[in-house]
Amino acid sequence: MYNFDFVKPATVDEALAALAEEDALPLSGGQTLIPAMKQRLNAPSRLVSLLGIDALKGVCPGEGGVTIGGATAHAVVAREAAAVYPALAALAGGIGDPAVRNRGTIGGSLANNDPAACYPAAVLASGAVIVTDRREIAADSFFQGMFTTDLEEGEIITAVKFPIPEAAHYLKFEQPASRFALTGVVVAKFAEGVRVAVTGASEDGVFRWSEAEAALSDSFRPEALEGLSVPAEGMISDLHGSGAYRAHLVKVLTGRAVQAC
Amino acid sequence: MKITMTVNGRPCSGEVEGRTLLVQFLRDIQGLTGTHVGCDTSQCGACTVHVDGRQVKSCTMFAAEAEGAEVTTIEGMANADGSLSVIQQAFQDHHGLQCGFCTPGMVMAAAALLKDNPRPSEAEVRAHLEGNLCRCTGYHNIVKAILAASGQAVAVAAE
Repeated sequence: MYNFDFVKPATVDEALAALAEEDALPLSGGQTLIPAMKQRLNAPSRLVSLLGIDALKGVCPGEGGVTIGGATAHAVVAREAAAVYPALAALAGGIGDPAVRNRGTIGGSLANNDPAACYPAAVLASGAVIVTDRREIAADSFFQGMFTTDLEEGEIITAVKFPIPEAAHYLKFEQPASRFALTGVVVAKFAEGVRVAVTGASEDGVFRWSEAEAALSDSFRPEALEGLSVPAEGMISDLHGSGAYRAHLVKVLTGRAVQAC
Repeated sequence: MKITMTVNGRPCSGEVEGRTLLVQFLRDIQGLTGTHVGCDTSQCGACTVHVDGRQVKSCTMFAAEAEGAEVTTIEGMANADGSLSVIQQAFQDHHGLQCGFCTPGMVMAAAALLKDNPRPSEAEVRAHLEGNLCRCTGYHNIVKAILAASGQAVAVAAE
């Protein structure tokens, strides 16, 4: 790993000032960034740790929703969101392994937008709002393809605001070695309709399966998916599974998630 | 930069670079070589230590991030008189190690589990060990050792 300057500010303003340097990057839990830097896939001149900023941490239930600080670790969400949004807490408690969950953060996961990450599916299915140091971004416009988001250079996710669905469930089919989601589906049922978000499957990263949303909004039963299918075109195809296999998993997991709601 | 933290109850400081990993600080600067580097890619868990009471992979955390933290390594797990802790003794009694390379991480993971969940089920133990790999594949006895350390009855290994 190439060396870099390490700074750990205590406020968002100090972090933004530190990020103004060319090739500076924010560092959250580092569970993706540090392995990438070891492989020299990333070589920032400066890392600005966000973990010293208390304002970015915490799970805060409010009216009709829950707000989670951007630098809140997965393990904290798993514990503290369990009463208010159980499906989200269960998803957070299934990311990586216990040690990874103590370091990795929701903001880091969303900013990275790994095509097989769990959190993007929860954010998209919930219709959550990503709050940054300068604006609020709706989930539907935040994710812009594999490892790509609407974030600007040096923009920091300060919090994520989740509305609470009437019912929700996340299911992932784990790649047996890495335990990453080969395909994962979040189904969230709101009074206004059902949202279905899929991770792990598409070459474009997390996406909404709108046909299933329409069918499930009419009738919230697994049988509502009969006759629907997901095209294999554009699905990730690798040694772990073909595009057709992932497309099939999307439908199967969606049905099971509805059943489990 | 100079960093200072508490390791196994003792104040420790040292000069590090930004890129110095916590495991490098512990092994190379503090000489605490009980914490192992297995894969160096955050998968195997041999480098598991506790930072402020929570288990982390010390190969995937910068030393500078532990400034001011309370760190516990395998060297801090024995009883004050030097005898093995309950978890360590259970690993010995139940043959919970073969080559021993993963053992420091297994013991630290087990300690973190039992602190939060004093009487875990076998399934909970196995789920908790998801991030700790044993290349000797000695998982059955590791699970037995952790269940025994929690005070639950397990079949004793053949003498």
